Amino acid sequence: MMSIEWLSVVLAVVAGAIRASTPFLLISLGECLTEKSGRINVGLEGTLVTGAMAGYAVSYVSGSPWLGVMAAGLAGTGLGLIHGVVCSFRRVNDIAVGIALLILGTGLGIFLGKPFIQPQAPLLPAVDLAWWTEVPQIRAALQVNPLFVFGIALALAMAWFFANTRPGLIVRAVGDSSAATAALGIRINTVRTLSTAIGGFFAGMGGASLSLFYPGSWHEGLSSGQGLMAVVLVIFARWDPLRCIYAALLFGGAGALGPALQSIGISEGYHLFNAAPYLLTLAIMLFEYSPGRRIGGAPGELTLFR
Amino acid sequence: MRAASALLRIVPLSVGGGLFVTTVALSLSALIFGAFVASLGVDPLGVFATIYKAAFGSWFSWQNTLSRAAPLILAALCVALPARLGLVIIGGEGAILLGGLAAAVAGIQLAGLPAIVGTPALLVAGAAVGGLWIGFCGVMRSYRGVNETISSLLLVYLAVTIFDHLVDGPLRDLSNVNFPSMHPIDENFKIGNIPGADMHWGLVVGCLACLAAALYMRFTPQGFAMRIAGGNPRAALAMGLPVGRMVIVVCLVGGAAAGLAGALEVAAVQGRASGALHVGYGFMGILVAFLARHNPLAVIAAAILTGGIAASSGLLQRVYDLPDATAIVLQGIVFLSILTCETLYGRAGALFRWMMPGPTSRERG
Repeated sequence: MMSIEWLSVVLAVVAGAIRASTPFLLISLGECLTEKSGRINVGLEGTLVTGAMAGYAVSYVSGSPWLGVMAAGLAGTGLGLIHGVVCSFRRVNDIAVGIALLILGTGLGIFLGKPFIQPQAPLLPAVDLAWWTEVPQIRAALQVNPLFVFGIALALAMAWFFANTRPGLIVRAVGDSSAATAALGIRINTVRTLSTAIGGFFAGMGGASLSLFYPGSWHEGLSSGQGLMAVVLVIFARWDPLRCIYAALLFGGAGALGPALQSIGISEGYHLFNAAPYLLTLAIMLFEYSPGRRIGGAPGELTLFR
Repeated sequence: MRAASALLRIVPLSVGGGLFVTTVALSLSALIFGAFVASLGVDPLGVFATIYKAAFGSWFSWQNTLSRAAPLILAALCVALPARLGLVIIGGEGAILLGGLAAAVAGIQLAGLPAIVGTPALLVAGAAVGGLWIGFCGVMRSYRGVNETISSLLLVYLAVTIFDHLVDGPLRDLSNVNFPSMHPIDENFKIGNIPGADMHWGLVVGCLACLAAALYMRFTPQGFAMRIAGGNPRAALAMGLPVGRMVIVVCLVGGAAAGLAGALEVAAVQGRASGALHVGYGFMGILVAFLARHNPLAVIAAAILTGGIAASSGLLQRVYDLPDATAIVLQGIVFLSILTCETLYGRAGALFRWMMPGPTSRERG
């Protein structure tokens, strides 16, 4: 029987998915753009922390959370630009550079953000998607992060960009075959550096979505590894911006399942639900892969799959 | 000038070039970090002097540095050994957690046995679990072609989940209300300090492991085969070398090193498994391995340098009021410079000639 308790679990998971998925969505879209161009940036965790700090700090100093979002994006662009330029040198391993930026970005965020732990910065206003209902739980669940709305629009725009525009085609071509695009006279390293920098912008915004909406504060442990998951999310989404939406909702919702079940008295496996998306991704990789064949949809130049 | 360029040719590139590149990289990072603190109005030379004093200035600071280096050495082997075969494993953190967990379970289950049995059993349990954990990445790589970087990263999350589930659930010591942890291991099994020093035996274990790895790579036929396969996997396959099996073995051994790091943390430092194991040793190990250019002996020096930087944060805070994260920022800058300067590797001679234009480039031809 579908009792009211179970309905509340479903509602809590949906609400949690929407609430927690915003950073997932933005970083996975950023990572998707970077990987489409043939590079991988595993350091978005650092970008997320730096972005969260920059967003919060600028929002506090300027009084405008939107300026904060902008600053977060620009901070992410800076880190992305470092990744892009350094990886343009010969013999430099993009995965290792990502780990270095993970350490550097986390360190910078915590270092520069120390004065901003105490004060309360103005946060982003919620977008009310619950005009149609009076039920308080649903109303609470549908007070949506404006950056979530932006992320959905961005996913649609990116899908259109890759499919229908000339720059989109160039990014995909660079990611699939550098030799072919080099023959066309396209500057591969420039395309990849720009893709990583713009990807960093979105990831930085993802950080702002943490510090300026939910949970809406700044402290050292704000990000719980969401940035590191970007790579996993993009594989899960098979390098498709639209599927990044589903992936982000799934990963966000899985995190909400444990607490939701606990609230109705089921506490077994509280932590285990967190693992579900990772197990699923691992299973996909195990079954999709076979020696000598690439996983479906992976850009051909990606060092991960050569 | 001619002598200098001749010297560059005589010194084996793997040693001379590597040292040269590392020196350039460390100078570059000192420059960047100096500029960073100077921009905050802090005297950079004073900061460097303080870091040196806090990390290597006295016997007391050396002990602090070396005890921080101990887990990093083993964590770095989990990256450096697979890297010799061209694998990029970034999931050592998972093996450390589960190795520590296995050691704690062994330390509780075997309680009452003499220490001479119990302590080794606990360490073996940790190494075995860590080895199987990363070894699984090797198996997936060999048989299914699954990329080891991603699979090891995914396994970190699984390890964290399993660890949290067990330590916060079935295996939790309920008498410890403040934060989830397991029961303490048998007091007998605890590993003491090196006589006359305030550091535990983990450092010695780590150094021995590095030495063993270096000797194995250098002097055994299997090590030779691994160096071939790392240099050119296709040639190795054409020679009939069992590359797939070597991938699995190297992942097993690397994972065992990381698992041992976790077990030592439990047996020598914390006495029980708790979230205090999950502090990022695995990720710092990646830095150490790249700093050492995946050379097992250089791992020791790189870990000491990294440990020293970490050890200096306390004094930096007291003297200059710099936040804790200063050490992380410096480590990040060092890592980034090392990777950037990687591009100079094998081109050091070219750089030299570029700095001192002359007839040397024609002489070579």
